[in-house]
Amino acid sequence: MGHTISITCGRIFSWMSVIAVLVLSPPVLAQNTGATGKGALDDSCLGCHSVSGKVVDTLAKLWSRKGPDLSSAGIKYKKEWLINWLQNPVRIRPAGMFYGNHIKPGPKNDVIDESSLIKHPQLSKEEAVRAVDVLMGLKAHQERIKQGDYKPGTIPLRIGELVFDKFKGCMTCHQIEPGFGGASGPEMYTAGKRLQEDYMISFMRDPQKWEPKTFMPNKHLDEGTLQKIVHYLRVLSMEDFK
Amino acid sequence: MKPLFFILIFSALSLIAMRGAGAETAKDNYKTYCIQCHGLKGDGKGINVPDMSTQPRNHTDAKDMSSRTDAELFKVIKEGGQAINKSVQMPPWGDVLSDAEINDLVKYLHELCKC
Repeated sequence: MGHTISITCGRIFSWMSVIAVLVLSPPVLAQNTGATGKGALDDSCLGCHSVSGKVVDTLAKLWSRKGPDLSSAGIKYKKEWLINWLQNPVRIRPAGMFYGNHIKPGPKNDVIDESSLIKHPQLSKEEAVRAVDVLMGLKAHQERIKQGDYKPGTIPLRIGELVFDKFKGCMTCHQIEPGFGGASGPEMYTAGKRLQEDYMISFMRDPQKWEPKTFMPNKHLDEGTLQKIVHYLRVLSMEDFK
Repeated sequence: MKPLFFILIFSALSLIAMRGAGAETAKDNYKTYCIQCHGLKGDGKGINVPDMSTQPRNHTDAKDMSSRTDAELFKVIKEGGQAINKSVQMPPWGDVLSDAEINDLVKYLHELCKC
């Protein structure tokens, strides 16, 4: 079922284009005093990541975004994963933050223009821990998440894949193994380790509430399917794809 | 003369407001939501195609595209492939695009297929 590709850059702090200055000078985080929001992260982070929580309400803004908005990082990402990822940032969106900026015609079909993608800076363990302390305090739009919305459970991997791919068509845009699946959206085989479950439910239930112009469609999934997909993503993330 | 001028301006502004403040051009919407599967050239060869079980429609194929009515095209963009008994891999875009934007996209498809 799968193929292997080398995955290089990263999502959380930037899928794709991080400006050159960022690459050349790893970010130094301001002294963490427990503050949240702007001021707690330095300019090298804020050059690509917004922490304002402002709505991306035009396509121009969507296309120009260099990294994900981090204003809700504390209710979106899993702490342990963030600490590890910042020390070894690998790309999560195969074609960058907005795939339309990073593709070109290929011999059979459009392909990723790898030369347009830039790596996220790598942090030391100390830097990563300090950054994550700040990030976990960023909790904009908490009202969109209902604590305990996800009811822990499980699903056989194959059944989950049927739901995710055949019944709902999610694999069209998302990879379920390295190199297997769609390339325009973020990889899903790491989602279970990367994202908080209640966030996943909230985002899938109404992606446009989080981001009105997102190219993640609202498939109007019923509550049972939302739960099954999160079960599946959790089970999937336990697989060894190396 | 002056009242007529203001009426014209007011009408134009109302029209813009009716289309919604966030209305985008069909070309930009196509670039954002459609090319991931239908391709940069609209020929059905998007970046997501290699592992798809159903090949996306070639929007530059005049013969194929002529077999669909505008009403069907509108419906499939708004409600997704299953709404016209086609693939679940074509998602519904009705929560992202306004009806006016979808109508503009239908017109844009006619430009692509030259039909």
